[in-house]
Amino acid sequence: MPNIDELKSIASQTRRDIVRMVHAVNSGHPGGSLGCTDFFVALYHEVMKPDAKNFTMDGIGEDLFFLSNGHISPVWYSVLARYGYFPVSELTTFRKLNTRLQGHPTTHEGLPGVRVASGSLGQGLSVAIGAALTKKLNNDKSLVYTLHGDGEMQEGQIWEAAMYAAANKVDNIISTIDVNGRQIDGDTDHVLNMGSLEAKWQAFGWDVMHMNGNDMQEVVNGLNKAKTLTGKGKPVMILMKTEMGAGVDFMMGSHEWHGVAPNDAQLEKALGQLEQTLGDY
Amino acid sequence: MKKTLTMSIEKVSEDKDTRSGFGAGLHELGKKNKNVVALCADLTGSLKMDAFKKEFPDRFFQVGIAEANMIGIAAGLTIGGKIPFTGTFANFSTGRVYDQIRQSVAYSDKNVKICASHAGLTLGEDGATHQILEDIGMMKMLPGMSVINPCDYNQTKEATIAIADIHGPVYLRFGRPKVPNFTGGQYPFVFGKALKFFDGTDVTIFATGHLVWKALEAKKILDEKGISAEIINIHTIKPLDVEAVIASVRKTKSVVTAEEHQMNGGLGDSIAQVLAKHFPAPIEMVAVNDSFGESGTPEQLLKKYGLDTPNIVQAAEKVIARKNAGK
Repeated sequence: MPNIDELKSIASQTRRDIVRMVHAVNSGHPGGSLGCTDFFVALYHEVMKPDAKNFTMDGIGEDLFFLSNGHISPVWYSVLARYGYFPVSELTTFRKLNTRLQGHPTTHEGLPGVRVASGSLGQGLSVAIGAALTKKLNNDKSLVYTLHGDGEMQEGQIWEAAMYAAANKVDNIISTIDVNGRQIDGDTDHVLNMGSLEAKWQAFGWDVMHMNGNDMQEVVNGLNKAKTLTGKGKPVMILMKTEMGAGVDFMMGSHEWHGVAPNDAQLEKALGQLEQTLGDY
Repeated sequence: MKKTLTMSIEKVSEDKDTRSGFGAGLHELGKKNKNVVALCADLTGSLKMDAFKKEFPDRFFQVGIAEANMIGIAAGLTIGGKIPFTGTFANFSTGRVYDQIRQSVAYSDKNVKICASHAGLTLGEDGATHQILEDIGMMKMLPGMSVINPCDYNQTKEATIAIADIHGPVYLRFGRPKVPNFTGGQYPFVFGKALKFFDGTDVTIFATGHLVWKALEAKKILDEKGISAEIINIHTIKPLDVEAVIASVRKTKSVVTAEEHQMNGGLGDSIAQVLAKHFPAPIEMVAVNDSFGESGTPEQLLKKYGLDTPNIVQAAEKVIARKNAGK
């Protein structure tokens, strides 16, 4: 059984890392990063448990993760570092010249843990399907995970990929959409109402689940349940309800903190709400 | 004016389409390299991928009319060691999916081979929507992307096989019509190396793709006029064989480039850049001049848009005159 308190403790530290990273360079995307923190912590520390010390691009025999909405790089970088992919101290280089921690994730600087660049939205699902097909060709039983933003569902390539995966029974993939209902210009319902994501993904032939992405126990349970749905002829989609900015009260409840960094006073206020559990970098 | 010895390059078979060279090369690769996989966006027959599909169904992925998804899947297939070859028309292989190639393939350094048929005007009757003339430019601008535009069936087949052994993204551009087949044998494809057909002293003609045969035809006419033209095939536009370009132009001191592409961004552009930096010399470019194409037969279109044998001859005479006039 997973120690939920331990995962929550890592998540609290991750949220501190996120607000400190974006504050330090006065840029980056804290809102979605905070909302998806529990998902990332559960995925790496409890579900995938990859071998961080021996990262290979090919990842043979290992579960793979693709972040399609690359702008929430702060949460990924913090989780990768604290999981052991690279020194936690490297988080200080985020978005600075010569860093491996580019504004949006990339393989170009050789950062362990990243297997494709993302940032331009809508591409990650296709890439993940390709990786999943290679696993099938290689008779590799491990799984492929992806994360997407709900705003990203407005990109057409997502639906090309959705159609392909179902038609070709790519059933070794577990995708998750961060359903926070926000995007840069406002609420997703107002910017471009997408109707029912559940009905859409079901209609496209995916096995669709729901989970609360800001309840650690539910995230662990949800991901573990999703694993039981793989290998049955259908790709799996988790619609994960989250709150953008989760964990920092003044960042929740609107789209305003999608891509804005806190000032000094706001940073202090945010850190006051997030317990330092593993030591700041 | 001196009279030069007239020689000719012989055809080695009946005329064949370069896309069939791709299909044959891919099929052969399938047999010798189990990591080679192929993807197609509903143009399997047009791309001549049927033989591969039939013999290696598990390694063939029909993605439907969804080119963006195809490029993304190809990028993902490399993770775990596959060597994906994507196939669709050149227009849908580049312009339609530029951002996917840029981010998921080139920037991510993925070992994807983007194989593009029906490039240029010689696609013919389908018209300008499908006649892409900007693809070489788009692809050569991407850091790390190699760009190859073979000239005939044999060269396309050899290039297809060769790029499986070159790590990194490659854009392989070929075409639809049946054209003379004359390379191979003593004129092999070597990635990144210029292929010289004739030595000459008055002018160098650098040609790529379907215009290589036109350049060889022009060579015969220039011979009769007493003009000694050096004929060099640049099949690998990037990385360009800079040494071969400079060495030839040092000798001839005037240049014609010939390609089935926009003047902006094509082979001529690349040659001009090298020469401007290393050995300035007058250049004339036989290429499409900032224009879209239209419906017509390949031969009609090459003639109308100034990409025919006489255009190469005229360009050679003009550039030699410029050289002799010191401008």
